[in-house]
Amino acid sequence: MGMAAAESQFHVLAVDDCLLDRKLIERLLKISSYQVTTVDSGSKALEFLGLQEHDQISSNTPSVSPNNQREVEVNLIITDYCMPGMTGYDLLKKIKESSSLRNIPVVIMSSEDVPSRITRCLEEGAEEFFLKPVKITDVNRLKSHMMRTKMMNQKQEIIQKNQQLEEHKPEESDSQLLQQQQQQQQSSNNNKRKAVEEGLSPDRTRPRYNSISTMV
Amino acid sequence: MLVLGADRLRADMSRLLALLFHQGVLDEQFLQLQQLQDESSPNFVSEVVNIYFHESEKLLRNLRALLMERDFSDYKKMGIHLNQFMGSSSSIGANRVRNVCVAFRAASEQNNRAGCLRALELLEHEYCYLKNKLHELFQIEQQRVLAAGVRYPVQN
Repeated sequence: MGMAAAESQFHVLAVDDCLLDRKLIERLLKISSYQVTTVDSGSKALEFLGLQEHDQISSNTPSVSPNNQREVEVNLIITDYCMPGMTGYDLLKKIKESSSLRNIPVVIMSSEDVPSRITRCLEEGAEEFFLKPVKITDVNRLKSHMMRTKMMNQKQEIIQKNQQLEEHKPEESDSQLLQQQQQQQQSSNNNKRKAVEEGLSPDRTRPRYNSISTMV
Repeated sequence: MLVLGADRLRADMSRLLALLFHQGVLDEQFLQLQQLQDESSPNFVSEVVNIYFHESEKLLRNLRALLMERDFSDYKKMGIHLNQFMGSSSSIGANRVRNVCVAFRAASEQNNRAGCLRALELLEHEYCYLKNKLHELFQIEQQRVLAAGVRYPVQN
C-alpha cells in the first residue's frame, strides 16, 4: 500500500508571479517541514502537474495509484489569485476539471479582500482563501486538508484492492454464501451498536471541532 | 570590550527597530519575517529585503517614466505597477510606503495627473528613508554578529 510514501513529507506546489512572495511562501512552507516546489505561472504549474494547456482525457485504467501521470506527487496547491495570463481562479478551474488532479486541495492567496472573489473561489472548490501577507498561522491550516485527502486516497485504495480480490476469488458458492451471511450479520450488529450509542449520547460529551483552533 | 560591544549593538538594533515601528515605517509583518530567519536560513530577512529593493526601484522607474510621458494616459498600467508595489510592501511590512501607494492609486483612479506626480514624489521620499534605515539596521546586525563571534583567549 505504498508504506514508504506514507512516511515521506507532504509536497506543496506554490504558484506566484511575484518573486518576493514566492520566497516568502517557500520559507513558510519549508519551516513547516513541507517539501516545496515554486513556479511563477499557472501554465508552469499545469506543466509540472503533468497537464497540458488543453485538458488531458485520462484513460480508463483502474489504477490503484492516482498519480501515474506525473512522477512527483503533489499534496496541495497554493496559488496567488492575481497573475498575468492565467489567474489563480483559472488555474483552480482547470485543476477541478481534470479527472487526475481534481482531488488535490487548492488554496488561493490574494492581497485584496474582495468578498465576491473569495466566494467565487470557494464555490469553485478552493479549500481556503488566504489574505496576503500569508502568516504561519495560515500555513498551519494546510495540514488538515492534506491529511484528509491522503486518508480519502488510502480508503479508495483499500476499496479498489478489495474489489480486485473479490473478482479473483475461485468460484465456491458455499464460501460466497457464508461471506454474505457474515456481512449481513455484521451490518445488523453495526445497526444495533448505533442505536445503543444514540441512546447514550445525551450523557456523553462529544469533542467539538472549533473552527478557530488549528488541527495539527 | 568586544562582548560589551555586541550587547550595545543589540540594544542599538532594538532601539532603531522600535523607532521604525513607532513611526509606522515598519509594521508587524517585519517581525514575522524575522521569525522566519534561523540557523537553516540565517540571511532570510536581508535576502527578502534585497529582492524588495530591486523590485521597488524597477517599479519606481516605471512609474516615473509613465508620468513623464508627454501624452500620458495609461492610468491602468500605473494601477498595475502600484498594485505590485503595494503587495510587496505589505509582504515585508513596509507600512508607510504601502500607505502612500494607496493614496497614489486613488489619485490614479481619478485620472488626477498632478495628484499622481505629488504622490510619486512622496513615494520616492518614503522609499528612500526606508531603504536607508534598513541598511542601517543590517549594518548594525552585521557588526553585532562579528562582535559576538569573537572569542576571548582563555586565561590560565
